[in-house]
Amino acid sequence: MKLDTSGLESFTPFHGGGNDLCGGFSSVPSFELPSSTNFDDFQKKAMQMVKPAKGTTTLAFIFKEGVMVAADSRASMGGYISSQSVKKIIEINPYMLGTMAGGAADCQFWHRNLGIKCRLHELANKRRISVTGASKLLANILYSYRGMGLSVGTMIAGWDETGPGLYYVDSEGGRLKGTRFSVGSGSPYAYGVLDNGYRYDMSIEEAAELARRSIYHATFRDGASGGVASVYYVGPDGWKKLSGDDVGELHYKYYPVVPSSVEQEMTEVATS
Amino acid sequence: MECVFGLVGDGFAVVVADTSAVHSILVHKSNEDKIMILDSHKLLGASGESGDRVQFTEYIQKNVHLYQFRNGIPLTTAAAANFTRGELATALRKNPYFVNILLAGYDKETGPSLYYIDYIATLHKIDKGAFGYGSYFCLALMDRHYHRGMSVEEAIDLVDKCIMEIRSRLVVAPPNFVIKIVDKDGAREFAWRESIKDVGAPTA
Repeated sequence: MKLDTSGLESFTPFHGGGNDLCGGFSSVPSFELPSSTNFDDFQKKAMQMVKPAKGTTTLAFIFKEGVMVAADSRASMGGYISSQSVKKIIEINPYMLGTMAGGAADCQFWHRNLGIKCRLHELANKRRISVTGASKLLANILYSYRGMGLSVGTMIAGWDETGPGLYYVDSEGGRLKGTRFSVGSGSPYAYGVLDNGYRYDMSIEEAAELARRSIYHATFRDGASGGVASVYYVGPDGWKKLSGDDVGELHYKYYPVVPSSVEQEMTEVATS
Repeated sequence: MECVFGLVGDGFAVVVADTSAVHSILVHKSNEDKIMILDSHKLLGASGESGDRVQFTEYIQKNVHLYQFRNGIPLTTAAAANFTRGELATALRKNPYFVNILLAGYDKETGPSLYYIDYIATLHKIDKGAFGYGSYFCLALMDRHYHRGMSVEEAIDLVDKCIMEIRSRLVVAPPNFVIKIVDKDGAREFAWRESIKDVGAPTA
């Protein structure tokens, strides 16, 4: 069964190398629907196919006071949770943060590399690099490794001379400037809560609570996200970690257990 | 789902593109400008893979500027189109760029022109053209209502008809579009057609 929707499928680099080139061009890009024997399984498989592959939830948004960045801390290998305490918000320099989604090693290495390049820029030009410049450096590096299997879905958030800046950069070479982004398998869930609760003129506490709540709701619904919801704030003086709450505890904070009145108590049946 | 289309009128050329940046089922952004102003009198509307689109069009833009700096005169639209096609063709058998391009320009000697350049380095000089799923709806509409020497009002009217058709008939239609125009006074943004306004930072 084929559903011809080439727009949903991003252009994948030609499979199998050069000899496959002509074959790759002639076939119409299509969206393979999963084949399975029963309907429930089909639904689950179809959902798995469209969900973003990177098992995490990260988000960042610009508001009046600066940039709020938040992420979960779960690392999963298929169905196995390998760690509940991964640092997914990477400190590039004292006024710029990067988020990690995709391959952990790829993200850590390239963010560290970006930090080096930013520092070199500072030393060479006697001024701090802008968020635009830093994200462009990273995007160009990732573009040059296009098709070689890097898996990076990151947001660069920072404060420079022009004010707060937020860019989304991924390993396909895409780079987007924006005010609200969420990346990872839990991102659709986070977007739902984030888009609805967002206002430009929020206070820092309100924004932090919105970020924390969005991460919590994503971890609730997405199996590949969980652990600790970390929230960072980037202001004119640089970044500051605001909170790191275990999402299990957040659940009971948002939905406290209400002792329900017992309607019918089980009693011993009197035997005559 | 990306739609880019354009047409040539009386002393001007117009290029229209949708403005959504999409990743599978997620819309990351609905105000992404996909029509690059190549130089003072050229527009480059591009659709395709996100990394390729930005990197390739910026590469073309910088090379067009370089020619102008080196030689003191700007490239003609035809020359820019042939250069773009040449770059796509050279990369095709090694490391292809998946970008479809509509290049519109105005030259003092030859007037407005529109070039269709697709990802396998096809080049055509055309009066009207379209890329993407929107093309299924726009092309016939443009064939029906287009005539040589349309005024700006008539052309924008046709553009609005196409946008309305895409919005009503395409299953996952992009909500917002940007319209850019190039004529003897230069290349500039003409209008946005937004049905979803992004709640962003207020402009200073």
